[in-house]
Amino acid sequence: MTPHRTAFLRGLLAALPMVVVVGPFALLFGVVATEAGLNVAETMLFSVSVFAGASQFAALQTMQENAPVLVVLATALAVNLRMVMYSVTLAPHFGELPLRSRALMAYFLVDQSFATTMAEIDRRPAMTAQEKRAVFFGAVVAVAPLWFLASLAGALIGRAIPPDYALDFALPITFLAMVAPMLRSLPHLAAAGVSILLSLLLAGMPYGTGLLVAASIAMAAGAGLERWLEGRRA
Amino acid sequence: MIDKSTFWIVMPALAAGTYAIRFSFLGTLGARPLPGWLTRSLRYTAVAVLPALVAPGVLWPAATGGETDPARLSAALVTLAVGVATRSTMAAILAGGGTLFALLALTG
Repeated sequence: MTPHRTAFLRGLLAALPMVVVVGPFALLFGVVATEAGLNVAETMLFSVSVFAGASQFAALQTMQENAPVLVVLATALAVNLRMVMYSVTLAPHFGELPLRSRALMAYFLVDQSFATTMAEIDRRPAMTAQEKRAVFFGAVVAVAPLWFLASLAGALIGRAIPPDYALDFALPITFLAMVAPMLRSLPHLAAAGVSILLSLLLAGMPYGTGLLVAASIAMAAGAGLERWLEGRRA
Repeated sequence: MIDKSTFWIVMPALAAGTYAIRFSFLGTLGARPLPGWLTRSLRYTAVAVLPALVAPGVLWPAATGGETDPARLSAALVTLAVGVATRSTMAAILAGGGTLFALLALTG
């Protein structure tokens, strides 16, 4: 086997356990989107064009609350801001590849492909840029087709589920389940705490703007506390 | 129900914005390091946005007309607790969903 093919397979295998999360998550998105009034084609177009689960859920929720377009976009894009870090981190490894390679990788830059690629680069720092790219796309092949297919399955199932199944609460549960494992340090806990407290206090602000204020201050609280703790250690 | 005209503006704009975020540094050859305060803040985006997104709906669910609902509140707390304890998103979803349906069936 060529080094590229083995790198591709290593990426594929390393990302394989992640299908346990990606599949049900996409399924749930399909169900919730159709329950919110989107048809199957709209749901699929949404999943294919945006291809970022958490922000798609965030957009669904704020649109259901009839928030204005700008608030919906600000909220959903805020959820995706972490990918700036992914883009920064990957850039030096792939800078020498042709632009169309990097443009394609950008579309497929998700939590799973990023995590897999960085872990593999850690393990084998001597890989060429082409091998690293093969690892990246191995991970993509493990999760992306599943994301699309499971969204479709969810959209088709969603049309068959009667609306009185408390599915209004599928979104909150999913978001809380995503956040809980991230609460691994004091600053993360503080950010989440400030976020909850302020969003409740500011729930009366018009057009869901309270959410944006709460999230901004919570972000600053987390970053500020991290900096302060580092300062004390130093 | 989602307003379709909102959806048809949000979807392409969110797609373009998300792509721009992903392409930002990867696409511009740049290995320019970001300032420290910025990377530090970016680390906290998810934990800052997602709880604010759900907290009001957990305490005052739209489905019950804003009345605090013990079943939904307990389900949220169980989800959070199991997620923190197991570090597993799937386990947290299953535990929270199970709690919700069990309590709704009991009180329903």
